[in-house]
Amino acid sequence: MGTFLTNTSIGRKVVMSVSGAFLVLFITFHMAMNLAALVSADAYNMICEFLGANWYALVATVILALGVLVHFAYAFILTFQNRKARGNVRYAVTSGHKGVDWASQNMLVLGIIVIGGLAVHLIHFWSKMQLQELMGNHEILVAGQEVAVTNGYKMIEITFSSIWNVLIYVVWLAALWFHLSHGIWSMFQSLGWANQTWYPRLKCLATAWTTLIVLGFMAVAVVFYIRSLGVCC
Amino acid sequence: MAFKLDSKIPAGELAQKWSNHKAAIKVVSPANKRKLDIIVVGTGLGGASAAASLGELGYNVKIFCIQDSPRRAHSIAAQGGINAAKNYRNDNDSVYRLFYDTIKGGDYRAREANVYRLAEVSNLIIDQCVAQGVPFAREYGGLLDNRSFGGAQVSRTFYARGQTGQQLLLGAYSVLNKEIAAGSVKSYPRHEMLDIVIEDGEAKGIIARNLVTGEIERHGAHAVVIATGGYGNVFFLSTNAMGSNGSAAFQCYRKGAGFANPCFTQIHPTCIPVHGTQQSKLTLMSESLRNDGRIWVPKKIEDVEALRKGTLKPSQIAEEDRDYYLERRYPAFGNLVPRDVASRAAKERCDAGFGVNETGLAVFLDFKTAIERLGKDIIKQRYGNLFDMYEEITDVNPYNEPMMIFPAVHYTMGGIWVDYNLMTTIPGLYAIGEANFSDHGANRLGASALMQGLADGYFVLPYTIGDYLSKKIQAPKVSTDTPAFDEAEKAVKAKIEKLLSIKGSQTVDDLHKRLGHIMWEYVGMARTKEGLEKAIVEIQKLRKEFWADVKVPGGNDEFNVELEKALRLVDFLELGELMARDALLREESCGGHFRTEHQTEEGEAKRDDDKFAFAAVWEYKGEDEAPEMTKEVLDYEFIHRAQRNYKD
Amino acid sequence: MNFTLKIWRQKDAKAKGGFKEYQISNISPDTSFLEMLDILNNELIQKGEEPVAFDHDCREGICGMCSLHINGHAHGPSQAVTTCQMYMRKFKDGDTITIEPWRSAAFPVIRDLVVNRGAYDEILQAGGFVSVRTNSVPDGNAIPIPKADADESMDAAACIGCGACAATCKNGSAMLFVAARVSSLAKLPQGRVEGARRAKAMVAKMDELGFGNCTNTGACEAECPKAISISHIARLNREFLAAKLKD
Repeated sequence: MGTFLTNTSIGRKVVMSVSGAFLVLFITFHMAMNLAALVSADAYNMICEFLGANWYALVATVILALGVLVHFAYAFILTFQNRKARGNVRYAVTSGHKGVDWASQNMLVLGIIVIGGLAVHLIHFWSKMQLQELMGNHEILVAGQEVAVTNGYKMIEITFSSIWNVLIYVVWLAALWFHLSHGIWSMFQSLGWANQTWYPRLKCLATAWTTLIVLGFMAVAVVFYIRSLGVCC
Repeated sequence: MAFKLDSKIPAGELAQKWSNHKAAIKVVSPANKRKLDIIVVGTGLGGASAAASLGELGYNVKIFCIQDSPRRAHSIAAQGGINAAKNYRNDNDSVYRLFYDTIKGGDYRAREANVYRLAEVSNLIIDQCVAQGVPFAREYGGLLDNRSFGGAQVSRTFYARGQTGQQLLLGAYSVLNKEIAAGSVKSYPRHEMLDIVIEDGEAKGIIARNLVTGEIERHGAHAVVIATGGYGNVFFLSTNAMGSNGSAAFQCYRKGAGFANPCFTQIHPTCIPVHGTQQSKLTLMSESLRNDGRIWVPKKIEDVEALRKGTLKPSQIAEEDRDYYLERRYPAFGNLVPRDVASRAAKERCDAGFGVNETGLAVFLDFKTAIERLGKDIIKQRYGNLFDMYEEITDVNPYNEPMMIFPAVHYTMGGIWVDYNLMTTIPGLYAIGEANFSDHGANRLGASALMQGLADGYFVLPYTIGDYLSKKIQAPKVSTDTPAFDEAEKAVKAKIEKLLSIKGSQTVDDLHKRLGHIMWEYVGMARTKEGLEKAIVEIQKLRKEFWADVKVPGGNDEFNVELEKALRLVDFLELGELMARDALLREESCGGHFRTEHQTEEGEAKRDDDKFAFAAVWEYKGEDEAPEMTKEVLDYEFIHRAQRNYKD
Repeated sequence: MNFTLKIWRQKDAKAKGGFKEYQISNISPDTSFLEMLDILNNELIQKGEEPVAFDHDCREGICGMCSLHINGHAHGPSQAVTTCQMYMRKFKDGDTITIEPWRSAAFPVIRDLVVNRGAYDEILQAGGFVSVRTNSVPDGNAIPIPKADADESMDAAACIGCGACAATCKNGSAMLFVAARVSSLAKLPQGRVEGARRAKAMVAKMDELGFGNCTNTGACEAECPKAISISHIARLNREFLAAKLKD
């Protein structure tokens, strides 16, 4: 089989599909983990500690980073090839096709927004937590407060007390929703695990799963923002 | 000098003729096949299957088509199905019955031996196509399904939805692709044969025009096979594809090949009626619709008038006020009479004033009874795509209101004369499929065109061509650098230059439409002596006008569709006259050829076997000379000719 | 009815093309789209202008010869029909209609609206067949085939090879075309025998000819005049991966 993953069109799609699936599983897990913060600060911080600068967490981080990199790089390679395949002269008039998802035609743009959001997210959290641990720091100054690098709960509180951060996350999550609503059923299609009977089911699964992930993330951001206002909860 | 026609029909019992013949003819060894070149012109069922089979055998084949891919040939448009004498339905079908139905359907104007061979190999065709992956319709048990077609009382038609021709052609095209990949066949799409090259009395190659660049090319070969289909487009409006033409066949005729029974034209009864003067072609509604559809016109003339005014819907006309004229006239076959009979019956009703649309040239094809009997779902399953197509074109939903249909030119039974080996009067020149004249007599039965194309291409020509080529194994590669090629190329170039230089005032289409009107009026469904004589004069006049006043824009060295059309019209303008001459000569009515002077009291075709039991083979004598006719007498050794009877 | 036509004109493959505007009037709503172009051409010839070159042949929606990208849609705005089967009643009187050739690197323009689709032939030559010789086959009923399989095979075999899928795909991918052939044969026992070889060879050829990578947008299915389902693409993926993983 050798290089069919790089030099055949279907092979390249398999790479997109498998790396994408891996990322979906990761964010599903991440979302579930975040929900703990809604219930208990201690529970959440325990998880943070568990996933700190330990060897297994680091290995997972590296693999995760590679997954993102591969998915990202292949997206650009595919787009480059596909633009070339379209030829030099473009249609003067194009219009939408009935039954074609808007998301499916804009995966790269959505992906870039998602990556942008990811960068912000890494600055907000990862660079202040696992990265600091690796650098040997135990505490860090966040928004004028000394916070332990394993105190994820505190960082959530600080981040989502700003409405701007909340808004950035909402945009990011919206893009993620569109990206995954196509991506999830599409990965089954690319692997050949789809047919007429299963399209409605897969698309339903994709929408439900995506919505669940996005709502989960969104809940944390919104709840913490409301708490920061001191109105309730 | 008249032709000395030798049909080369082998002696012996009918059922043994083909096997005896195969045993008697020579074969070429594999080593020698590699040295022999064959040109196949046309990539429909006949051409594609022949080229693929010949390539498999080891010959070097070149195949030409005018479309951008071999898959586009007009065989693809055949809807209904393909006949075979499998007797899978246990309805007492047999090779003999298929043979008999075909001979009778052709009104006893085909050769017995050829038709028997066709019926004999019909079963092999189904096997072959199944093995190629043709998705024929199947029953729940997994076995092949059948349906009925006109002119038969058994169910022997195999089909793939309403796209049988497409599927069979894709099958033949796929094995052609296999051979192209293997290097034994070289494909020349967007190339048009403009002349045949004859040297020492034998076919030695063709002159072709590259339709993209305009380059005139020479191609030499040890044998040339013409598989370019029929010439129905001489009528301008027909069910043929826009590009279908008679030019390749006509060049052969010009260079000395006999052209047989040119007047035998099939008018298909179930086409969508003409709607205006700007129409470019007519659309066929498959004959399979007559399995469940019933054809009728109103009994009362006042209903007809109300229909035309639009004050009455056809569905509002009561059962007892409908005249199911086919069921009335032909109780035994009903709506499934052969095409010529159904077409004439429609014309008879319309001539009597019962035509149901504004032009008075339409009858109803109604599915009301079938929908009541079987339910809408089953009808949808069987004919859904045809119903959709009908609605797309006419804006009428045939589930609610009956379809309107009228006969239209569909197929030409006449064509290049060939012997039992499918060789023309020119040695080394073969003609197969619709391009030849051999198997359908004066009328072709439904689902038999596909059968003939594939029979010729897969199972007949690959054997019979060996008999001729076995004499060529010492012949060197055919050189195209000879006086004969020089001359042919020069003539082609001169013709093109002439056309481009006229710069007259009428477009090719305008002139073609006028030819079409003459043909439909005088050489159409009903022909008379006076009409035909008039047609000949009118066509000659039109031809002169063409050469004086046609307007062909652009030049030769480019993609020039108008030039292509002009070149084809040149030939149609002579072919039309030839058809009229042939129709004039044939003082009888048979099959698709109906001479008003020759009919029974009930208005049925009246054959004259004493005087006209022959194929009329025409020999070219020059553009303004009358061609010479030679008879090939059709000896009926095995079956008795009778008046065709579809009544009981 | 009256229309303004914006048509792509290009003398030959090398020339630079551009749009030209034409007015056409007195068109009956029952005129087909291609008949409307015939009428235009007849007028152009009479005026001493070059007629518009466009591909067409059977005009029954089956030969696959006609093409045209009309107002942003392959084969025009109607669903599941070819250009030749579209009638002018689908448009509004006074509409401006933009007509472009297929745009795809693998389908170079020959003239005006005519493109070279030879790439599709090449893909089929790479493996879109069952390797049987004439006359070396068993009886047609020797192998029963479940009706559902035969029907699904026929669904895929309805492909007319017109090129709309690749022309409409934002990725210039020919996957639906390739999948239709692979899938049609994969559903039949006759085609299964060399299924693995076929899938690999046809995909390799498709890639070699410069078609793009499928990203499952489904635009091909939406624009396919025969409404061929992308479930066949899933089957092609399956066939291809199974074949590759066995290598």
